[in-house]
Amino acid sequence: MILDSKIPAGPLAEKWTKHKFNSKLVNPANKRKYDVIVVGTGLAGASAAASLAELGYNVKAFCFQDSPRRAHSIAAQGGINAAKNYQNDGDSIFRLFYDTIKGGDYRAREANVYRLAEVSVKIIDQCVAQGVPFAREYGGLLANRSFGGAQVSRTFYARGQTGQQLLLGAYSALSRQVANGKVKLYPRTEMMDVVVVDGHARGIVTRNLITGAVETHAAHAVLLCTGGYGNVFFLSTNAMGSNVTAAWRAHKRGAYFANPCFTQIHPTCIPVSGDHQSKLTLMSESLRNDGRVWVPATKEIAEKLRKGQIKANDIKEEDRDYFLERKYPSFGNLVPRDVASRNAKYVCDEGRGVNETGEAVFLDFRDAIKRDSRKIIEQKYGNLFDMYKQITGEDPYEVPMMIYPAVHYTMGGLWVDYNLMTTVPGLYALGEANFSDHGANRLGASALMQGLADGYFVIPYTIGDYLAQIPPKKVDENHPEFAKAKEEVQNRIKTLLSIKGSKTVDYFHKKLGKIMWNECGMARTAEGLKKAKAEIKALKAEFWKDVKVLGANEELNQSLEKAHRVADFLELGELMVDDALNRNESCGGHFREEYQTPDGEALRDDENFAYVAAWKYVGEDQEEELHKEPLVFENVKLTQRSYK
Amino acid sequence: MKLTLKIWRQKNASDKGGFVTYPVDHVSKDMSFLEMLDVLNEQLTEKGEDPVHFDHDCREGICGMCSLYINGKPHGPLQTTTCQLHMRSFNDGETITIEPWRAKAFPVVKDLVVNRSAFDRIIQAGGYVSVNTGGVPDANEIPIPKTVADLAMDAAQCIGCGACVAACKNASAMLFTSAKISQLALLPQGQVERKTRAEKMVAQMDAEGFGACTNTGACEAECPKGISITNIARMNREYFSAVVSSENV
Repeated sequence: MILDSKIPAGPLAEKWTKHKFNSKLVNPANKRKYDVIVVGTGLAGASAAASLAELGYNVKAFCFQDSPRRAHSIAAQGGINAAKNYQNDGDSIFRLFYDTIKGGDYRAREANVYRLAEVSVKIIDQCVAQGVPFAREYGGLLANRSFGGAQVSRTFYARGQTGQQLLLGAYSALSRQVANGKVKLYPRTEMMDVVVVDGHARGIVTRNLITGAVETHAAHAVLLCTGGYGNVFFLSTNAMGSNVTAAWRAHKRGAYFANPCFTQIHPTCIPVSGDHQSKLTLMSESLRNDGRVWVPATKEIAEKLRKGQIKANDIKEEDRDYFLERKYPSFGNLVPRDVASRNAKYVCDEGRGVNETGEAVFLDFRDAIKRDSRKIIEQKYGNLFDMYKQITGEDPYEVPMMIYPAVHYTMGGLWVDYNLMTTVPGLYALGEANFSDHGANRLGASALMQGLADGYFVIPYTIGDYLAQIPPKKVDENHPEFAKAKEEVQNRIKTLLSIKGSKTVDYFHKKLGKIMWNECGMARTAEGLKKAKAEIKALKAEFWKDVKVLGANEELNQSLEKAHRVADFLELGELMVDDALNRNESCGGHFREEYQTPDGEALRDDENFAYVAAWKYVGEDQEEELHKEPLVFENVKLTQRSYK
Repeated sequence: MKLTLKIWRQKNASDKGGFVTYPVDHVSKDMSFLEMLDVLNEQLTEKGEDPVHFDHDCREGICGMCSLYINGKPHGPLQTTTCQLHMRSFNDGETITIEPWRAKAFPVVKDLVVNRSAFDRIIQAGGYVSVNTGGVPDANEIPIPKTVADLAMDAAQCIGCGACVAACKNASAMLFTSAKISQLALLPQGQVERKTRAEKMVAQMDAEGFGACTNTGACEAECPKGISITNIARMNREYFSAVVSSENV
């Protein structure tokens, strides 16, 4: 199949307007005859479900949490970008577009990113109208702050809880449609499969997490708004329940998976404290404005420190290596996320890491406190320092913080065209679940923007174009494909429960996470990736022979839920490795050690790799088929990023 | 650390339920409370016993999914969510009692998991501004004094965990409901539906079987997000002024 991205012709700035005009419409009286399924209720899902219901479609919304308000969008801290230019500092739609394309290391589609920048301004209007309490200036107008990768202040925020407030806004719009009877809500319900009838997505199979009932739901279109797959690494900043299952089942039913190896690893997270660790907590990137990153200059000193023979504050100035300031004199501690993360890994690999595990670097505020006073630092970062103290038990005003990179976001996802439709007609992917807007690296405050852009302002237009072409009669749930898909799900549940092996689900998840982190994490090599592939295959075989899932299907069974998710992570992990192995270049979050500049920076290969790698599932235990969508840049010039 | 856990086990909504005692050792002070339960569950699974079910998701104190009534306090001894509570708050050899939220409107689903969908229904009754997507004014056309926006944000921080209900001897949901009513009553966007909202949300709250408020302030003391009971006072004002000049005739 040739991948048709359906990017409209014409000048960049006119594409979306023209496309909206050329899209077919469903007449208002007919909209109530179409059913739409929305899986996931984060920013993308809740905004899509609410907006489509407002238009008159019948929506069924599903989430695995006990309430749609708990989707993981809620945890986003920093803010949301929009090209409002309220600050009169030279921002524009084109500048936001340009920053995003460049930040993504030139691996995203121009047309999609431009549309994202274009609708960003409407998102802020919409959220304010809903009553989202954004930060304001004394004059009553909206406040902005600046974020990484941009030279203008375009980030809107609600304290450190922007994701929460935006999600609660979308959730309120969704709740209103539930009250209106236009959305039927299915909380504590997990999507287990997509039903494809005659090549078109026509429904899903779900499992009720309380009763275990496996059910089918029919609709004219299915929207997957199911987030990213960072939990393939076991440890990440994602919520415990975040998973790839919905996207992966869609992939196995024909949806291509694009750029799976593009993972964002965030440099400032609280380090792992032991084997019991279940998740990692992000500390805001803003800390790098005042904190200095360092490790001991030698292995010997680091060892003494790890054994507790000396304390960080005892280490003399000449025995400290401020490695980011040393290597990148002009950007110093403020290099982009991928560069900061990689360098922290390097010094730890050299044996100079600092906490008991040897996998941490210092982020030291001693000099900032000396320069500005403790009071100033407290005003800027007080809540973050408190959070750090609560989790680690150490006081960062007295001793340096310890940080280490952690998996945070996945830029890869289901391949979608300009309409957000996957390679399965009628099946859409929105938000982090798709691959389309961030290329090989996402800029801060852009995830919230994309989720809401897709849900509020893109899908309401593009879905009409598809639905207008199919007759408005009920989808027949008695079609044999529904029963078949349901039976496959039931069989899988039976298999998982009947293995009765000796190892818990977490045992496999942790092991997979270690393989992925070591070989497909911050730095990758062909040799390591090949080794990882063999290890994942063996682990997968062991899983299906020896996993221990207790209890029954007909009850709340959290082990069974996890088992399903980990089984899919095992398959995804292998594809991520394949993709990383195929991409013989370094770009953004994907760093192949073989491809670096003489100074150790990412070396892109635009001639051979300026494409989207879209993978097609062909069958159990078979190598996936690679399809390429060339990336054409008509409006930006490709350059090498440098932060020296 | 070695601990003894007394945990409420209940197979399903209709089961009577009861406490079961479990010893756990190798607990490190750096573990979060939920990680300590993870360790217990791994041990139980290895022995072939059904793991303890509890709700949790983000584990960074914002999703509101985790609950647990620990030693007689919702979310345990600190004013945080359970996921942000660490074992350094406990002593070696201690016995810890863990129960689900106790409220008629939050029926137990299994073990420590309860059904909080009543909260969703309260929001569905009117916790929104009725605007459709598109066709709204430019964001800066609605100037809002910073002090008002900050007050609204204080109320909007509620994570909907239900600790307020669990802490209250009357199982009242007034702190939760008032936080949303306050947020929207303070903001200009919420004015048009102000009266109807107060009436409908309060009516739904009562219909769900939550108790009334007797001003003990337990909810505020236990709220992990520090939502103030002044919101309840504001809700009462909103409600009374709404019913005396009701638009729902």
